[in-house]
Amino acid sequence: NDSAATKTAPKSTIYPDADPAPKRRVHGMLKLYYGLNEEGKALGQAESLDPCDINGPHFDPELYLNKLRKECSLGELVDQEACMVKQIRSLDSDMQTLVYENYNKFISATDTIRKMKNDFKKMEDEMDCLSTNMAAITEFSARISGTLQDQHAQITKLSGVHTLLRKLQFLFELPARLNKCLELQAYGQAVSAHRRARCVLQQYSHMPSFRGIQDDCRAIMDQLAQQLRQKFRDGGSSAKDLSECVELLLQLDEPAEELCDKFLSHAQARLEADLQGLEAELRDSTSSAVVKASSPVIIGSPAESSMSATNPFLAPSSKTDILEFIDRGCNEFVSNLCLVIASYQELFINRLQEGDLATKNIPQMASGKLHTFVNSLAARYFSLVERRIQEEKGVGDNSLLVRALDRFHRRLQAVSKLLPGSAVPSQGTEIVVQAARERIRQYLSALQTFYLDSLTDVRQALAAPRLTVGGAAGAGPLLGSGAGAKDAPPSLPDLLSSLSTSILNQIKSVLASVHLFTAKDITFSNKPYFKGEFCSQGVRESLVVSFIKFVCQSSRQFCESAGDRGGSTPPALLLLLSRLCLDYETSTISYILTLTDEQFLVQHHTPVTAVTVLCAEAREAAQKLLNHYVKVQGLIISQMLRKSVETRDWVNTIEPRNVRAVMKRVVEDTTSIDVQVGLLYEEGVRKAHSSDSSKRTFSVYSSSRQQVRYAPSYTPSAPMDTNLLSNIHRLFSERIDIFSPVEFNKVSVLTGIIKISLKTFLECVRLRTFGRYGLQQIQVDCHYLQMYLWRFVSDENLVHFLLDEIVGSSAHRCLDPSPMEQSVIEVICERG
Amino acid sequence: MEDDAPVIYGLEFQARALTAQTAETDAIRFLVGTQSLKFENQIHIIDFDDENNIINKNVLLHHAGEIWDISASPADKGVLTTCYNKSECPRVLASISLSDNFYIFDFISSESRVLTCASVWRMPPEWESGSHESPDDSSNSPQTLELLCHLDNMAHGNVACVLWEPMGNGKRLISLADNHAVLWDLQESSTKATVRYSSATLEGKGQLKFTSGKWSPHHNCTQLATANDTVIRGWDLRSMSQIYCIENAHGQLVRDLDFNPNKQYYLASCGDDCKVKFWDVRNVNEPVKSLEEHSHWVWSVRYNHSHDQLLLTASSDSRVILSNMVSISSEPFGHLVDDDDLSDAEEGHQEEKSKEPLQDSIIATYEEHEDSVYAVEWSSADPWLFSSLSYDGRLVINRVPRALKYRILL
Repeated sequence: NDSAATKTAPKSTIYPDADPAPKRRVHGMLKLYYGLNEEGKALGQAESLDPCDINGPHFDPELYLNKLRKECSLGELVDQEACMVKQIRSLDSDMQTLVYENYNKFISATDTIRKMKNDFKKMEDEMDCLSTNMAAITEFSARISGTLQDQHAQITKLSGVHTLLRKLQFLFELPARLNKCLELQAYGQAVSAHRRARCVLQQYSHMPSFRGIQDDCRAIMDQLAQQLRQKFRDGGSSAKDLSECVELLLQLDEPAEELCDKFLSHAQARLEADLQGLEAELRDSTSSAVVKASSPVIIGSPAESSMSATNPFLAPSSKTDILEFIDRGCNEFVSNLCLVIASYQELFINRLQEGDLATKNIPQMASGKLHTFVNSLAARYFSLVERRIQEEKGVGDNSLLVRALDRFHRRLQAVSKLLPGSAVPSQGTEIVVQAARERIRQYLSALQTFYLDSLTDVRQALAAPRLTVGGAAGAGPLLGSGAGAKDAPPSLPDLLSSLSTSILNQIKSVLASVHLFTAKDITFSNKPYFKGEFCSQGVRESLVVSFIKFVCQSSRQFCESAGDRGGSTPPALLLLLSRLCLDYETSTISYILTLTDEQFLVQHHTPVTAVTVLCAEAREAAQKLLNHYVKVQGLIISQMLRKSVETRDWVNTIEPRNVRAVMKRVVEDTTSIDVQVGLLYEEGVRKAHSSDSSKRTFSVYSSSRQQVRYAPSYTPSAPMDTNLLSNIHRLFSERIDIFSPVEFNKVSVLTGIIKISLKTFLECVRLRTFGRYGLQQIQVDCHYLQMYLWRFVSDENLVHFLLDEIVGSSAHRCLDPSPMEQSVIEVICERG
Repeated sequence: MEDDAPVIYGLEFQARALTAQTAETDAIRFLVGTQSLKFENQIHIIDFDDENNIINKNVLLHHAGEIWDISASPADKGVLTTCYNKSECPRVLASISLSDNFYIFDFISSESRVLTCASVWRMPPEWESGSHESPDDSSNSPQTLELLCHLDNMAHGNVACVLWEPMGNGKRLISLADNHAVLWDLQESSTKATVRYSSATLEGKGQLKFTSGKWSPHHNCTQLATANDTVIRGWDLRSMSQIYCIENAHGQLVRDLDFNPNKQYYLASCGDDCKVKFWDVRNVNEPVKSLEEHSHWVWSVRYNHSHDQLLLTASSDSRVILSNMVSISSEPFGHLVDDDDLSDAEEGHQEEKSKEPLQDSIIATYEEHEDSVYAVEWSSADPWLFSSLSYDGRLVINRVPRALKYRILL
């Protein structure tokens, strides 16, 4: 322990002040220098007051030593001592390093301070020199100004007098100068000169000499004003002259309102002349339009619709087409109007706003006048344009109209730029919109007319074969469809395809025409109406959808109007229309609507008619037409059968030798109907009949049944047997609806027709009474029908059943029922 | 509530002729005439016991021939007329030389042997008592109709139908034969018939034939409506002149017509165009309404005698359709209840009902038949009951659905 204490003691003597207190003070100063105050340390950790803390500020070596000695064992003490020695050594070396590092800095600081001391001394000398120089300058300056003062005052006075004299001279010369200006018509100069003098004269008017001058000037200026007004009134001058005039007059304090009115009335006269010119032209074209209307208006093909304004086809006799008319209107009226507006605004509104007149509300008054003026004239112009547009009835060339409207609209934009608040451009847009609407209406009616005309053509083409059946008519009359070298009339599929193609082309060309309204280079195409409503409500709904509806509607009318009177519409037309409607349902409608939607990107969100609705309508129309076709054809055959049954005396007829001609006719007609329907409709599904359902097996079957059915029924013992078999048959067969809707295929159509015919036959037979041979004749006839009709229907059992009924019923109605041998019947039928 | 099932009765023979026994207002009774060329034709008297749902039949023999039309006297239960084909032995017929004015249109067959005649008959008085006790015996000794008189038609041709004066005393008849409408007076207890007036004659191109007719119950029974081909004509019986003519009433043959019992200008017609049309005879250009529900020719149309919104139609599509034509009936706003009948408590209830009148609609389609239905008739005793007759001899008795019945009544 002692050695440790003694060892630390010599160490501490290295420093001159071994006393801990001054040593601590030195520490404190250093700490101050480096900004490490004790509080900084205190922030880090709580300052320990423990005197045994070797790093604490209150460290007491004695206490620490005692404490160690008391508490620690010898080993620990030795360790402690070693540790402490190590620490002391490291602290010493740290301190040495610090001193070495900072030494150079101290040296250079001392050098700098010394250098500064020298520089300041030199500067002090220079400053002293400067201040003496400045004092000398001040003294000189004061002396000069003192000498010059008198002369300066004199010069100022002289120049003042000179100016006054010049002004006076100007005043005295003023009347003469004004007169000269007047003579030279240099009004502008005169006015500006007078303006300069006016105030002075006014001010000194109490002096007689000045008064004289003033009077002279006033007289001259009055004369000048008179001349200006005259010039203004004459109006022959150009707009530029005019505006100059007005400008001068305004400077002469003429009342602005009066000037406005005069200016406008003057402009009005000229614009009136333009309008009258337009009106005269309109009258000319009206008279020529009458001529034009008498010539048939035909919709051009797509190729024609792209023709330019020089299209001779549209208005051959008209002097001016609408484009020229609008052009003239734009070039004369609208451009003049713009000019008037511009100069007016320049004169009365913009200029005055700067000047003192602005306070008098004159700009407001002036612009109010201008608006009424423009509105009234524009209204007249618009009415003329509207009249002209209304005359555009021919739907041939839309591009002309669209271009005219575009120009019309474009030129009005100039007005809107000049006159921002004006209602004129919006009215113009309204006219364009109106024209577009009207156009759509015209196109719809043109399409409808076209459709009806095409139908008439088809009707004629259908009727033609009958008329020219012997004649060697070359091609089909309507469409020249390539029926070929034969003199065959256009077949139904040809007619159908040409009809639907021509309608489709027509729609396309109309769409193309209407599409011009929305072309990008057309100024009004970005108006909200043309972007939205025009596309969806106008083109899609009013034009395309309406047309499709019209087609369905008119097709349906064929069924209704012909319903009672019968046969006013040729059945082939019904069939054709039915197929047309069906095609519409399957593809055409969606095609047309897709086309429309693509061309007119509909952004409007109003509800539009859905494709499915239209398709349903078309399908309904097709169904109705086909049903009607079946009914009409069925009736035609029914009538033949009915007549043949009703007009014959079946009791006294002779033994059958032949099939009656009527039956052959029925089979022939059915075959031709079969061909006709087959041209347009698919075969359809038959109930599978066995491969051996030839006529022979069938006739055996039916004959055996007939035998069973009516042979025993006339034995008195069993009258109830009469109907037993047919009743049983009925029990197991479905009820036959005679006039029932048919499906869209050939077999179904033919089945319908045959059903109607045979049922009529049955009902007619039941109303007659037959003799033996009458019955046999019916047997023969039925067998004949059986031989030929089964192949047309979906379910041959149907034909068998109905024919059995007929034979059965006639057997019942027979006075002497002795049926013919089946073999004989077959022989007769095969003989034909 | 469940509607009663239809009652079906089968005849042995084919049949077209059906009528209600008009003069009978207590029992539900229908008369059916058969059509058989081979056997003795019969008239079946069908009595329907409503409470027990039982049919009682009596058979009377009709020797004269197959019956095409039958109608019962409105005054005398026992009297009826039939139109029948004379089907006598061909050899006998062949020997009869025929006058020129007969079968004109069928000139080729100058030796024709079929002729439709009409006669007035009386049922034997004892049929009712005689057969009731032992139905089995009826086949053994069927009784025969007693002939009262022939409506001699040799001058006029084939008789299409015979019409009794509606609600008359059973003394006046009209027969429609070929193109003549002849008015008969029955005298001396109906045993002698005389032509009362000169007959009305249909004139025009071709051979015109009456197909059907109806004696109007309105205007003091002075009007007659007839159908020929597609035309409906109205006749004034006092002058026997035409008073109206509905050209092209139907697209094809007009099969039947009937007068609205309560609205004097309204009549219904039906025909081969599958349609039923309603006419106001004051406007012959357009039908008031047109129905197209059947899928084949409509052969018969009948207004209910009491509630003219109910209409029956029979068609050769084997269906009978009962329609409710409220909008053109005499009670378009439902049954109007007298204020006296209403107690205050009921008033609200009644108003509620009258606010929703029935719409024109098909009430029911009856499909019990399996062959063409040529005749349908309302019962004269029970307005809610009707029968229909199909060619195969099946008679079906049906009722108006109860729900509707109560709706109309209440």
